[in-house]
Amino acid sequence: MGTLILQDGTIIKGDSFGAIGSYSGEIVFNTSMTGYQEILTDPSYAKQIVIMTYPEIGNYGINDFDFESDNPALVGFIAKNFCKNESHYKSRENLSNYLKTKNIIALEGIDTRSLVKKIREVGTMSAFITSNDVDKDFISEKLEEIQSFKISSDIILDVSCKSRYIFNPKGKINLAFIDYGAKKGILSSLAKRDCRITVYPASIEAKEILENDFDALFLSNGPGDPADFTFQISQIKQLMGKLPIFGICLGYQLLAIASGAKTYKLKYGHRGGNHPVINLENNKVMMTSQNHGYAVDMENITKFMRPTYKNLNDDTLEGFEISSLGIYAVQFHPEANPGPEDASIIFDEWVNIMKKDLNRINEVKNER
Amino acid sequence: MKDKSLKKVLVIGSGPIVIGQAAEFDYAGVQACRALKEEKIEIILVNSNPATIMTDEEIASKVYIEPLTVECITEIIKKERPQGLIATLGGQTALNLACELDEAGVLEKYKVKLLGTQIDSIKKAEDRELFKNLMQEINEPVPESAIVSNWEEALDFCHKIGYPIIIRPAFTLGGAGGGIAKNEKEYEEIVHQGLTQSPINQVLVEKSIAGFKEIEYEVIRDANDTCIIICNMENIDPIGIHTGDSFVVAPSQTLTNNEFQMLRTSAIKIIKALKIEGGCNVQFALDTLSNQYYVIEVNPRVSRSSALASKATGYPIAKIATKIAIGYNLHEIKNSITGKTTAAFEPALDYVVVKIPKWPFDKFSSGDRILGTKMKATGEIMAIGRTFNSAFKKAVASLEERYTGLLHRGFENLSNDELLMELYIQDDRRIFRLAQAISNGNEINKLCAITKIDKWFVSKIKEIVNVEKELSSKQLNKEMYLKAKQYGFLDDEIMNLTQCTIEKIENFNLQASFRLVDTCAAEFSATTPYFYSTWGEDDEVEEYKLKSQENYKKPKENIIVLGSGPIRIGQGIEFDYCSVHAADELLKSGYESIMINSNPETLSTDFDVATRLYFEPMKIEYVMNVIKKENPKGVLVQFGGQTAINLAEKLQAEGVKILGTSIESINAVEDRKVFEKLLRELKIPQPKGCAVTSTTQALNAVKEIGYPVLVRPSYVIGGRGMQVVYNDEELLTYITEAFKFSNEHPVLIDQYLEGQEVELDAISDGRDVLIPGICEHIERAGVHSGDSMSIYPSQNISRKNEKILVKYATKIARKLNIKGLMNIQFIIKDDKVYVIEVNPRASRTVPIMSKVTGIPMVNIAIKAILGKSIRRGGFGVGLYKKSKLVSVKMPIFSWQKLNRIDPALAPEMKSTGEVLGIDTTYKKALYKAFLAGGYKFSKSKQRVLVSLNDHCKKPALPIIKRLFKQGFFIMATWGTHKFLEKNGIPSKMIEKFMIDKLQKRMKNGRLSFIINTPTTGKNSQHSGFQIRTIAQMYGIPSFTSIDTASAFLTAYKVFDKNTVLTYDTITNYRKKNFMELFK
Repeated sequence: MGTLILQDGTIIKGDSFGAIGSYSGEIVFNTSMTGYQEILTDPSYAKQIVIMTYPEIGNYGINDFDFESDNPALVGFIAKNFCKNESHYKSRENLSNYLKTKNIIALEGIDTRSLVKKIREVGTMSAFITSNDVDKDFISEKLEEIQSFKISSDIILDVSCKSRYIFNPKGKINLAFIDYGAKKGILSSLAKRDCRITVYPASIEAKEILENDFDALFLSNGPGDPADFTFQISQIKQLMGKLPIFGICLGYQLLAIASGAKTYKLKYGHRGGNHPVINLENNKVMMTSQNHGYAVDMENITKFMRPTYKNLNDDTLEGFEISSLGIYAVQFHPEANPGPEDASIIFDEWVNIMKKDLNRINEVKNER
Repeated sequence: MKDKSLKKVLVIGSGPIVIGQAAEFDYAGVQACRALKEEKIEIILVNSNPATIMTDEEIASKVYIEPLTVECITEIIKKERPQGLIATLGGQTALNLACELDEAGVLEKYKVKLLGTQIDSIKKAEDRELFKNLMQEINEPVPESAIVSNWEEALDFCHKIGYPIIIRPAFTLGGAGGGIAKNEKEYEEIVHQGLTQSPINQVLVEKSIAGFKEIEYEVIRDANDTCIIICNMENIDPIGIHTGDSFVVAPSQTLTNNEFQMLRTSAIKIIKALKIEGGCNVQFALDTLSNQYYVIEVNPRVSRSSALASKATGYPIAKIATKIAIGYNLHEIKNSITGKTTAAFEPALDYVVVKIPKWPFDKFSSGDRILGTKMKATGEIMAIGRTFNSAFKKAVASLEERYTGLLHRGFENLSNDELLMELYIQDDRRIFRLAQAISNGNEINKLCAITKIDKWFVSKIKEIVNVEKELSSKQLNKEMYLKAKQYGFLDDEIMNLTQCTIEKIENFNLQASFRLVDTCAAEFSATTPYFYSTWGEDDEVEEYKLKSQENYKKPKENIIVLGSGPIRIGQGIEFDYCSVHAADELLKSGYESIMINSNPETLSTDFDVATRLYFEPMKIEYVMNVIKKENPKGVLVQFGGQTAINLAEKLQAEGVKILGTSIESINAVEDRKVFEKLLRELKIPQPKGCAVTSTTQALNAVKEIGYPVLVRPSYVIGGRGMQVVYNDEELLTYITEAFKFSNEHPVLIDQYLEGQEVELDAISDGRDVLIPGICEHIERAGVHSGDSMSIYPSQNISRKNEKILVKYATKIARKLNIKGLMNIQFIIKDDKVYVIEVNPRASRTVPIMSKVTGIPMVNIAIKAILGKSIRRGGFGVGLYKKSKLVSVKMPIFSWQKLNRIDPALAPEMKSTGEVLGIDTTYKKALYKAFLAGGYKFSKSKQRVLVSLNDHCKKPALPIIKRLFKQGFFIMATWGTHKFLEKNGIPSKMIEKFMIDKLQKRMKNGRLSFIINTPTTGKNSQHSGFQIRTIAQMYGIPSFTSIDTASAFLTAYKVFDKNTVLTYDTITNYRKKNFMELFK
């Protein structure tokens, strides 16, 4: 019997189906009905405990193809019902095995709906998850520690790649990419559209990027509070206007702050595969995959930033552009994984912009 | 934005309930009308089905209960001049009509805009060839297929594709002549057979994808190209069984995110290419070992699946589709669940939904139970659980069968080898065979290989079976009990398996809790009054009440309405009509109404209908859980058919107050002896009869009663196994069968009075009785009232007898202290009135009688139950004045979907739905009823085959004479020919056994109809049975009652006279004065 302790003192017991051990983390929930493997390996969940609202988890096991990173960055995983007898031709192992090997604490048999309602009312909380059946004394001792838990301000360095590498060397578009904890889905979506991607760690300095002749820069998703990442923001400021910059999720938030906007913490975030986002230009609505706990404050954007997308559920800003500087960014995940693929056209649009820019530069070069 | 030019819109309904097109379209239609009403658009509604809520006068501005034919709709369009037409909410019927109206140029001529999905899109989705082309254009895979008209072409195809191949003959009904070929020998055989049977000598050969996973997506698109998926559903049964006959789970369970999104993206691509505006259903086949998938079918309209998806998610598809049809985009429509967001979102579920079809095989024991590409289920149930196991187990309990478990279904008596052999059979019982095979200890993989059911589902069933085994082997403790409850086990099952007492269970002090269906997995605060039960979790009812009661000051008392469960033959949409009206009247009378039901197709399970909806099995334990939670003032059982009545006694035993007529009174009419005594006391005549337990007793009884007699097993529903017999020989043949049906209960033998059958519905407050009207049946007694044509107001009953009917009804109502509704059936023979049956509850005819008389019967009944006197109800007491209209109800059957069932009318009900013909005279109403029933009339008179049994020959003589006079050419079988010859009517003799020749005539359309009165016994060897079966295959009417045939001839005469029909609203017909005819 494992235990989950919330910062408000709530204690919930569940059956452990992951690793043995204990962790503190931030507790959040995801409403996707499929895609637990992608969620587990999405680095944006670093130091978080993720509740799946869909009750049956583990149905198709773990396969070799649906990883978003090599190692899960989350610390805990909570489900109503873990499926012991998975079934899928691609499955290479049982979810429980996987969690054990990757040292993730997981609990099942939990009234996830009530837990989610609590988070909805109180907001995102810190929590402690353990595979052990702990007693009252332990809990009262632990509570203070839980309450003081905060995701560290250099979390992105933990989940970022440690050194530069090239993804899809055969690509035609020469793209710089800063990895703040990038999902593989973004890289493969870009590679599929003919990008040669030079992936840099989150600690990269602007000048190193400028030294190379990149066609564009891409800022990835990642965990944490964007306002914490002052070094990264200052680097972005130096790059703005020098080459087109595209951003997703954390990349979008950092671009917004660099452009003069502010971010704030959402009560309980957007995590799931059913977030309706409206294109403010043509009023078409897309279902998007989302995973973020912070939002860009719509009221405090600068006049250069043109809002492009808005969330239909709570009217939060979901995208902006500064076309004069060649800046384009969205809060949601056009790479999906997991979630609907509606927004994949954004990659098409962006890559078209990169190509146009490329053509323009080539023309200028030829004229010379 | 909304199209402001729309002031008046025509909505076409789906017509009678048939297999494949049931109550889901009433639900969709009502939602559509409500959505239009919100927009202040005037609604003109046409539907021939009177048992629906959509044909209620408060639903639309004008309600036409008229035949769904091009002629009729054209006239209505001409008269009403609507600006728009909505045809995507009335099933295939409405969709086909819209296409026909378009082709006939009617829409263009009268400037009627087809709203929502356009004709071009409909055709692209419906026409096999156009659809295939479109899919190829957008690179979506469809199974390879070809249309062939000879063996060489067929061979060509198989060389390209390889086996297995599905062969589907063109234009044969019930998929006759088709099949799956696994090798050339089988292929040749089936192709030849198909070519012979197809009237146009064509067959479609198609690559077989049997065994693939079958996945459905419910998609909505608006004109701005925004597309959303409401939910996806996975069939537990592989491709090969019609989705309407499959066990279905929502959302899909075995798909990875990649597969889920691949199909989602494909569904959206297809709906965009088709330019659907509104709801649409896309069906896929997905390989179990690769990413290969095929698009199987697209329904460019709301469907049974969309009703299921609506109930499974809480998303009102039909309502939103309607708003889209009148010009709104998804993001412009408010989300009524959260009150804040828009309709442009995709539901997230935090529970699992399981659907199981309800088949009529318990009724049609001779029917072919094998499931395939033609749907056979009459209805379905849905269950919601926090896990798959609990949803699945609840779903099985919802079937309302004697056994609620997966095991002990009779398969435990088979040897394991026999069982494994039988496991290959794909019929309605296969899941139970599978459970038994698991219980026997067979390897899961082996069972998956045989059944082609995914290992995930088989493993889950194994988990349930294991709990069942655990229960029977271990001592029950609190932990084990909770586990069993979380797996969906009923207390009865647990007590049986563990041999423990109810006290022990009660001592655990555990209770079911209820959770909210909110479309968003609790992400947002929602106030949908829609609950399901679970165990070991928090309860949300109190929280919901607190939230919603802010709206009114003091809490109201609540009353529970028990619904009628799945639609089945004998218990159809009419009870849903009653349940919905009951909930409505309770609200009006100042109470909260609580609905409990398990049927996803119907309006009663729309969470907008009652104050709160509990989607639960109609089983005592589940109902009691709700009662414990709600603490109601009482429970209404009289509106939910036999399902609700069956629960009454158990509820009372639990101390629950049954409102309205008492259980004692209900039992008094069900218990034959008590009922006999009661009628004797009241001096009301009844047919002579007695109960027998042996053949000798039976023969003795008949000596006293005299032939003919009605023989029936006791304790069966809907006249199952009833038969009229005329002599000792027939009696002996039949009674053995009846004893079999009866399961040790006595068999009842009654005097069969071949008289005029009369029926009335009444409302009583225990003192006074209001009788809206009297109906007379066209077929003489002996045909189940649900299967007979009936006329309102009665045409052939004397004033004196009317008075007697009213007197008897009043006497019975007072004696039984009836509070609420009651239905009585009479026979009038030789001017004497006999009572044959009393039903102290809502009956099949309540919706019709409410409509033709204008008396809101259920509402008045509720008021009477709540203590208001009928006398002050505004409609008086006694027999209400006759309406100015004449209506003829016509039963509709679904023969073509069910193989090997004799379409002969009998005391056992067989029809699935009904239509109503209304006009100012009997003859015109009758003609309309036949038109609405799909009967064809033609100026060129063809042959009529007549074959009569001995009892019918004499009474049939005047009818055959008329047949001859009306210009038909009579063919008769030997005995009938001789008889006609003797009576001077010319006929051509044919050999009864020359079935082939007859079949050819039917195929060529050279046979108008058949009059064939059946001989006793259901033996399918009878040539009559064969002839009737072939006739149904070719859609040729075959009348087994001479009275129906006579009515048809009367209708034919109306047609022959070139009578011009006019069409009007039910409201106007009621008021219409006969004098108008002469103006």
